[in-house]
Amino acid sequence: MNTSPEWVYTEKVKDHFMHPRNVLADEAQFQADGRGVVGNIKCGDQMILVIKVDKQKNIITDCQWKTYGCASAIASTSILSELVKGMTLEKAFHLSPKDIARQLGGLPEHKIHCSVLGDKALREAINDYYRRNGMENKIQKEEARLICQCMNVTDHEIEHAVLEGARTYIELQERTKLGTVCGQCKDKATALLHEYIRKHFETK
Amino acid sequence: MKKRRVYLDHNATTPLHPAVQKTMKQAMKLFGNPSSLHSYGRAARQAVESAREQVASFLHAVPDEIIFVGSGSEANNTVLSIISCPSQQCACDRKERNQIITTRIEHPCILEMSQCLKDRGVDVSYLDVDAYGRIDIEQLKRILSPRTGIVSVMMANNEIGTVQDIQAIAGIVHDRGALFHTDAVQAVGKMPVDVQALGIDFLTLSAHKMYGPKGVGALYTRKGIPFCPFIRGGHQEKGRRAGTENTLGIIGLGKAVSLRHDEMAGESVRLLMLKAKLKEGIIQKIPDIRFNGHPEFCLAGTLNVSFDGAEGEAILLYLDLEGVAVSTGSACASGSLDPSHVLLATGLPAEKAHGSIRMSLGRDTTEEDIDYVLKVLSGVIDKVRMMSTDYSRYQNTTGFARE
Repeated sequence: MNTSPEWVYTEKVKDHFMHPRNVLADEAQFQADGRGVVGNIKCGDQMILVIKVDKQKNIITDCQWKTYGCASAIASTSILSELVKGMTLEKAFHLSPKDIARQLGGLPEHKIHCSVLGDKALREAINDYYRRNGMENKIQKEEARLICQCMNVTDHEIEHAVLEGARTYIELQERTKLGTVCGQCKDKATALLHEYIRKHFETK
Repeated sequence: MKKRRVYLDHNATTPLHPAVQKTMKQAMKLFGNPSSLHSYGRAARQAVESAREQVASFLHAVPDEIIFVGSGSEANNTVLSIISCPSQQCACDRKERNQIITTRIEHPCILEMSQCLKDRGVDVSYLDVDAYGRIDIEQLKRILSPRTGIVSVMMANNEIGTVQDIQAIAGIVHDRGALFHTDAVQAVGKMPVDVQALGIDFLTLSAHKMYGPKGVGALYTRKGIPFCPFIRGGHQEKGRRAGTENTLGIIGLGKAVSLRHDEMAGESVRLLMLKAKLKEGIIQKIPDIRFNGHPEFCLAGTLNVSFDGAEGEAILLYLDLEGVAVSTGSACASGSLDPSHVLLATGLPAEKAHGSIRMSLGRDTTEEDIDYVLKVLSGVIDKVRMMSTDYSRYQNTTGFARE
């Protein structure tokens, strides 16, 4: 990660921020084959990602997007839209947030969630395409697992808390309230906490 | 259009006044420890006391009532700690007063310290503000109790610029036998502050907000009221704040204050005029906006505006690329994931808080600067809105030709 008086993020992020590729200007004209919407403007991040698919080969032929969010969010969707063109749906689905961050030359920790959101938008768009074309069997849905029964906290919420900065069990509890009643979920929650930290923040 | 560098973030910090810079350069030779009895020490001591007189006079206080500290944050922490000192030896004789009242729009140092006091068993209440950021005086009257020790209300808010009716608030607080503190970091040097006339017991100020150096501030403490040192050690500052004095910084602060005395009034008039031009220009060029803060009771140079459908960090960085420096209430830019607590406290919805920009003008801001900002701002807002999921006016436009 190179930060300097010249610019706050990497040169790649700067390039995509200054010259965003594939911005969705006219949705009606684009005629999407698949559409994914993720995030919430109340949280400060929202993305719409649309794809066109070659139905014979199941290859993404075009990808455009709109993003309400910071420079890292804009750069994430911009670079993602370039990456997926020409990819099969399978391959595109298996792109990870780490791939996006790596292509951008790295993102600061508090911006990793932008790459996670971009990745999620793409998967939503692909799943939407499957749904529209009677290919429900291909949909890879990530069901949330309930970790804390007492306070109704799922593994997705733990992951979200980690992306927001939780690094210890106490911080996890502060954000989600898990483990504050019977306490039986502590071991499982702690294991997941470390798994998500490794998944999102450890450099290979 | 030639790129221009325009600094519109004076509430974050200010450049050194050229005269302060000159004075400080000369003062670098004055290295003695002000506590030393020999000639080196005495020379430094004289400079420190001279600066103290400047600051006291500026506030209509006496020198004995001015304590030099390392920052506004330190001064604020010092005042709030007074109420929670458990020492039996401490001069504080107000132990039965175990409640503090503050507001939801204070600077994080007040809020974090209040939370810490809460964890130590102090009762903490937060006053709400209206849509313009002014506190509810009726609420204050309701919450004040015989147990209230200190009420802390900032004179001027750093994000939206709203100025409180300090005299009225202090009057009510004193009627109930409590003490009144004001974090005046954003106000001192921008508007006249008379601690006697306003009825203030404790006041915080910081040099780097008024064209002085960073790393030095002052705490005004009314003569005769209880005080508890925050930093203990040597006998500096009459035993009220230990640590060898930051002579250079203090001299800078003194000089900054004397310059403010001369320049403040004229500058306010000028900044109000520039701000009005900026505001008018934004209204004319950019639709779907909202100004935050009080239209009348506001710092002369502070303008906070929300842009529908546009995210703050993106706006800030595009402006930065054009040479314009501003600040934002968006979560993204702060490193945390919550938007400005001040904007949320005024009732602004989170999405609008994420889309807000603070522009704070200063002594070096010119009319050409304002013209330039107006030229680049609409292009920036357009660019961000074109890409946004949340701006419906641009849903069906064709082509994206911006650079």
